[in-house]
Amino acid sequence: MANQASKSSQTSKSGLLFSGSDWDFKTLSRAYEAIEAIAIEELHLDVYPVQMEIISSQQMLDAYSSVGMPLMYRHWSFGKHFLYQELLYRKGGRGLAYELVINSNPCIVYLMEENTMALQALVTAHAALGHNHFFKNNHLFRQWTDASAILSYLDFAKGYIARCEERHGVAAVEAILDAAHALMEQGVFRYHRPPKLSSERQREGVRERLEYEERSYNDLWRTLPRSKDGTKASGTDLGMAERKKTLNLPEENLLYFLEKNSLVLEPWQREIIRIVRVVAQYFYPQRQTQVMNEGCATFVHYTLMNMLFDRGLISEGAMLEILRNHSNVIFQPGFDDPRFSGINPYALGLDMMQDIQRISTEPTAEDRDWFPDIAGNGNWRETLLDAWANHRDESFIRQYLSPALMRKWRFFILADAASEPHYEVASIHNERGYEKIRAGLAHSYDIGSSRPDIQVVDVDLLGDRQLRLEHKVKNGIMLEEASRDATLRHIRRLWGYEVSLAAIDAQTGGTLNERSTSQIGE
Amino acid sequence: MPIFVDRRLNPKDKSLGNRQRFLKRAREELKRSIRDRIRIGKIADVDSEHAVSMPARGTAEPSFSDAKDSGRRQHILPGNKHFAPGDRVPKPGQGGGGSSPGKTVSEDDFRFVLSREEVLDLFFEDLELPDMVKLNLKEILAFKPRRAGFAATGSPTNINVGRTMRHSHGRRIALRRPRREELDAIEKELAILEAEPQSAAAHQRITTLREELERLERRRKRIAYVDPVDIRFNRFDAQPVPNANAVMFCLMDVSGSMGEREKDLAKRFFVLLHLFLKRRYDRTEIVFIRHTHEAQEVDEETFFYNTQSGGTVVSTALEEMRRIIEQRYPSNEWNIYAAQASDGDNFVTDSERCIGLMDGQIMRLCQYFAYVEIIDERESHIFGSTDNGTSLWRAYSAVNQRWPNFQMSRIANAADIYPVFRQLFARQPAFQKNA
Repeated sequence: MANQASKSSQTSKSGLLFSGSDWDFKTLSRAYEAIEAIAIEELHLDVYPVQMEIISSQQMLDAYSSVGMPLMYRHWSFGKHFLYQELLYRKGGRGLAYELVINSNPCIVYLMEENTMALQALVTAHAALGHNHFFKNNHLFRQWTDASAILSYLDFAKGYIARCEERHGVAAVEAILDAAHALMEQGVFRYHRPPKLSSERQREGVRERLEYEERSYNDLWRTLPRSKDGTKASGTDLGMAERKKTLNLPEENLLYFLEKNSLVLEPWQREIIRIVRVVAQYFYPQRQTQVMNEGCATFVHYTLMNMLFDRGLISEGAMLEILRNHSNVIFQPGFDDPRFSGINPYALGLDMMQDIQRISTEPTAEDRDWFPDIAGNGNWRETLLDAWANHRDESFIRQYLSPALMRKWRFFILADAASEPHYEVASIHNERGYEKIRAGLAHSYDIGSSRPDIQVVDVDLLGDRQLRLEHKVKNGIMLEEASRDATLRHIRRLWGYEVSLAAIDAQTGGTLNERSTSQIGE
Repeated sequence: MPIFVDRRLNPKDKSLGNRQRFLKRAREELKRSIRDRIRIGKIADVDSEHAVSMPARGTAEPSFSDAKDSGRRQHILPGNKHFAPGDRVPKPGQGGGGSSPGKTVSEDDFRFVLSREEVLDLFFEDLELPDMVKLNLKEILAFKPRRAGFAATGSPTNINVGRTMRHSHGRRIALRRPRREELDAIEKELAILEAEPQSAAAHQRITTLREELERLERRRKRIAYVDPVDIRFNRFDAQPVPNANAVMFCLMDVSGSMGEREKDLAKRFFVLLHLFLKRRYDRTEIVFIRHTHEAQEVDEETFFYNTQSGGTVVSTALEEMRRIIEQRYPSNEWNIYAAQASDGDNFVTDSERCIGLMDGQIMRLCQYFAYVEIIDERESHIFGSTDNGTSLWRAYSAVNQRWPNFQMSRIANAADIYPVFRQLFARQPAFQKNA
C-alpha cells in the first residue's frame, strides 16, 4: 500500500495540483483554475466571479456571529452568538466550518488559514463552485436577493445604525433593534417579490421615506376633523372595510406594517426596522433552500474531487483526507442515536442528488413508475441543473424523494399529539407509506406552513388605536406563552398603543384565546 | 481567475464591541439572579461551591414560536429498525434523553456561567469593609515580605543572578571586553610561528602578536567579568497582614413578636453579612445567639426555624455574646462583628442595661456592630427617617452617638435589605460620624 502510494505519487508527480499539506496563493490559484475548468466543462456550472479571502479561526468566529456577513451593524445578540459559538468550539463540541460563502457578486468565499491544502481544494469546490452556482441560478435567489447590492447595502446599514447610536444613544437604538429582531420571522414578504436594492436608489429612498414620514405625520392631525363631516366614524362595517383596504390589511409582514403605519416611530426608527426587514428578506431564500444548497455544494465537491483524482491531479493521501472530511460532513445518525439532532441537510441533499444521478442513468422498474420523466434519460447533469434552478427544499423533496432513498434512510412518521402519553408510528417506508413520508417531509421544509402564521388584521386608527393581530392555529398548535408575551411587548413598543393577538382556529374559525398587552404589563 | 485577499492581518475581534454589549447586559441579569439566590439556602451554603448560571431573561431573544406541548404534529425521522405502522412509542419523560424528536439545544438554552469568585465580586462590587484602615493602623500583627522589583543594594542572599548576569553581559559588550576566543586565536598563531624556523617577517609578526596579546590581557583584567555595578538584588516590601480571622455574632430576638416574615428578613441580612466577611477573611465563624427572656447559643437550623416563645430581655443576648467572646474569641486574635436583628420591643429598664453593656465592654471588643430593626411595612413611612421608635431603638441611638463603629438601620421589607446593608457597610469617610 505504502509502496503503491509512493509509486503513484512519483509517476504523476508533475501532474499533481499540489503535494503536501501546506498551501500558498499560487497553489490555491492553480487549484481553483483546475477545479473551475472541470466544473464548467463536466458539470456545466455557471458561477459568479469569485473572491477568496483567507481568514484566521478567530475571524471565522467573528464572521459566524455576524450572521456570516462581512459587514454587520452592532448589536449585543451578535456578541451572545459569538460567545455561544466560542464556547462550543472551545469545548470541542463543534468544529468550525471550513468555509463560509456569501451570496454576493463577486461571490465571497472565506478560507481558514488553518486548513490544509487538500481541505482548501475541497472548500473551493464546495463553496466557490457549488454554493456559487446555486446562488447564481436558483430561482429564489435570482428573484428575491440582489447579490450585487447586498454588501453596499449592509455598509449603508452599519453606518446608518452607528450614526443613530451617536445621535440617539445606544440604548434607544438597542430597544428598536431588539424589538425588530423579535419580529424577523414575521418580517418577510412570502409571496411578492421585494423591490430591488441599489446603493444609489437606496440613499435616494431614505430621503423619500423621510419626506413621506413627515407627510403621514401630518395626516394624523388631518384625520381629526374628519369625524365631524359624517357620523360614520370607525365603527361601521363600511368604515372598517375601507380602513382595511387603505392599510392593505390583512398584512403578514409585521415589520413592514409597523414601519409604514406606526404612529409613534421617528423616521430613524423606521429606517432601522427597514434595515432589519431587508436583512431578514435577504436570508429568506437561504432558509428555504438549506437541503438543496448544501446538497448542491456537497454533490459538486464530491463529484469534482473524484474527477480530479481520476485524472491524477490530486494524490491518494489528499483524497483520503478529503474523503474523511466529506464523510464527517454527511454523517447522519438515526433517530435513536444520542447524536441525533435532526436531519442533516448535507446528507439528505447529497443523497437525493446522487439518487437523481442514479435514476437517470440506471433506473429500476420502480423508478420508471415513480419518475417517468427522468428515469433513464441518461442526462443527469441537465436534470440536476434543472432541479437546482427551479426548486426549493419543499418542492424538491416532493418531486424527487424516491422510494429507494426512503428505504435507505429507513424513514418513518411519528404522529405526536400533545394530549397523548405516547407517539404513534403512522407510516413506515413501505408501499403504503412512501407518499405520506414524502409529503410529510416536504411539508416540514415548507417555512410558510411550519412557522406560526400571524397577521395584522385590523387597527382602529381613529379609536383606541389598538393593533389587532391574528394567529391562525393549525392542528391545535398554540404559541409558546412566555415568548409570545415578550414578543407582544416588543410589538407594543414599536406600535405605541395596545396590541392584541387572537388565536383563531384555522379550521373552525373560532377564537381559541386572546391576549392583549394590557394583560401583560411591562 | 479568482481574486485572493489575505484578511489575516485585518483587525481581529470584529465582534469585540458586540461581546462587550452582551456582557454588560448579562451583568445586570446576573446581579438579579444572585439576589434571588440568597433568599433560599443556608447562610454558609450561599458562599460554598455555587456557580450561578444565568437565566437568560434579559438576554433572551423572544419570537413567536410554537408551544411544544400543544396540538398535533408529525415527525419524519430516519433510522427505523423495527417499527410497524400503529406501534406506540412512549414519549421520553421530562428532561429525558436528547433523542426526542424535534428537540434540539437552542441558543436560548445557553447559560452564561460565572465562577463563584466572579459572582461574589459582582455581589460586593464597591462594598468595603468599614474599618479596614483602622485595622491596619491599630493592630499590625505581622508583616509579610512581598516581591517588589529589584534594587541596587541588598544582602548577598537576595542577589538575583539572572538580572545580574544580564547587566554584566551588557556591560562587557559595551566596553568591548576581549573574549577568550580572541586570546586563544592569538596564542595559537604564536605557537605555530614560534615552532617554525625564524625569519625576519615572522619575527616581526611575533612581536606584534605579543604586544596585542599583552594589550588584550591587560584590558581583560581591567574590565571585570562581573562588576559590583552589575549586581542586582531582589527587593522585598514588607506588607502588613491583617488579622485573618473573623467571627460574626448573629443576635436575634425570637420572642413571639418575631414572625416568619421578620425571621426571613433577618436571615437575609445575616447571609449578606456572612458572605461579606467570608470574602475578606481566611477564616470566618458564625455564632448564632437567640434570645427570649433568656439567651442561648444555637445552631443555624434552630436559629431560624425553631419556634420558641417568651418574653423579651435583649441584654441577655449581649451578655451571652460577651461570655462567648471571653471563652473562645480573644479579641486580639479575632475580628469580631455582630449583627443584631430585632423588632425593637424591649423593657425600658433592660434597654438601659443594654446601653451599659455596649458602652462598657462590647463596643470595645467589636470591630463593628450593626443593629437592624425589622419593622412593619405600614410603619416604615412613619419611622423611615426619624429617631422616634421603640425602646431599643432609642437606647441604641445613644450608643450610636458615642461609638463610630456602631450602625443602625430599619428594614421593612426584602427590598430594603440590600440598600440598608450597603448603607451600613459602605465605605465610610473614615468614621467622621462624630469626629
